[in-house]
Amino acid sequence: MSIRHGLLALLERGPRYGSQLRTEFESRTGSTWPLNVGQVYTTLSRLERDGLVAQDGEDDQGHALYSITDSGRTELRSWFETPVDRSNPPRDELAIKLAMAVGAPGVDIRAVIQSQRHHTVKAMQDYTRLKAQALADVPANRDEVAWLLVLEQLIFQAEAEARWLDHCESRLVRLAEAAATDPEPEVRTANRAPARTARPRTRR
Amino acid sequence: MSSRAPSRSASSSGSPLSVDAPVLELRALTRTHGTGIAEVHALRGIDLSVHAGELVAVMGPSGSGKSTLLTIAGGLDTATSGQVIIEGQDIAGLGRKGVAALRRRSVGYVFQDYNLIPALTAAENIALPRELDGVSVRKARKEARAALEEMKLLEIADRFPDEMSGGQQQRVAIARALVGDRRLVLADEPTGALDSETGEAVLALLRNRCDRGAAGVMVTHEPRYAAWADRVVFLRDGSIVDQTLTADADSLLAAEGAK
Repeated sequence: MSIRHGLLALLERGPRYGSQLRTEFESRTGSTWPLNVGQVYTTLSRLERDGLVAQDGEDDQGHALYSITDSGRTELRSWFETPVDRSNPPRDELAIKLAMAVGAPGVDIRAVIQSQRHHTVKAMQDYTRLKAQALADVPANRDEVAWLLVLEQLIFQAEAEARWLDHCESRLVRLAEAAATDPEPEVRTANRAPARTARPRTRR
Repeated sequence: MSSRAPSRSASSSGSPLSVDAPVLELRALTRTHGTGIAEVHALRGIDLSVHAGELVAVMGPSGSGKSTLLTIAGGLDTATSGQVIIEGQDIAGLGRKGVAALRRRSVGYVFQDYNLIPALTAAENIALPRELDGVSVRKARKEARAALEEMKLLEIADRFPDEMSGGQQQRVAIARALVGDRRLVLADEPTGALDSETGEAVLALLRNRCDRGAAGVMVTHEPRYAAWADRVVFLRDGSIVDQTLTADADSLLAAEGAK
């Protein structure tokens, strides 16, 4: 997640000070990714170093204000215009866990899948409640609309995970069935029609 | 949640702690198709209670028994063993006519493919089960229009099914399932062929009805829709293997578990 660009986007609407940026960032995203004020100031000083923001005096209460520079605006435009890179997927703990569970001794992979599915669907239930609350009244402002979008992203992401887990399970079941019925035709014939097993197979 | 006083204090052997008797109770339900080598166990001992105000989603891979469970709960199929108890009545003792009457009176069933009667308008489709139940035509039509109004569908009251979109047909089917204050709603993949926004509108209707006191069971393979439920039950090979709860339902089950 890009805090840098998030802060630039907020600053584009006018000069702000650190803890104000933090509050606005959180209300826009429903506190889904909480920031501490230290992170905000660290990011601001890097942005200042890179010439994307500049200190811009103080407000009445003596808070140091920051404002976006022209190159900051250019940077922000290009962020909005460039798709988020998906070619380098971040490490996914669940994918790694299932990959490791395949054939691991003493591990019931279907139990691993179910326990994750339980957790994921439960999270979706919680998000869906929040969403129902958010939709109880028509979203009144920018922050409420933004929060709804973030919430729905969390739901869609959890849904993708739940679907993938369903898929993994049925894939494993199908593979296990195929492995159980596949080779050794003699064994199968023997099981199905014992009377015929006496027939000599070796005829040359 | 309402704290209705128990009218007839827990005659069943159920939990003495629960104030409300469940609207639907499945006890040790089994369903076997075929015999001998072709025997298939569709359900292997299902116990499930659904209370007023509760929406339960049933999930599971195809062939896990979800639809069988629902058709038996709705009296459309018969269990091999076990009990289906609807509003305190074991449907096994009701006979075919009794079950049909109970279904019309207490159970709303929503099918994946809507099952509207093509020759009847939306309002007539909704009024039909009430008319069959002996309600006067005038009253049944009035109720139907009220149900359509509640769903903001009054403008399609006089349309025939082939003049409606899929989403409208499904909402009419839900209105038909809910008309006349039925306390149990059973829905089989109610969002099946709908796009995500319409599917969500359908779910909101079910949710709303349960919030207002109905008990609901919905079979779905869509986690996003299951997430609208208070409880998600996972079925595998005819057995309940797991279930999730929301925080509210958690306390409910804790009370039940303490019996």
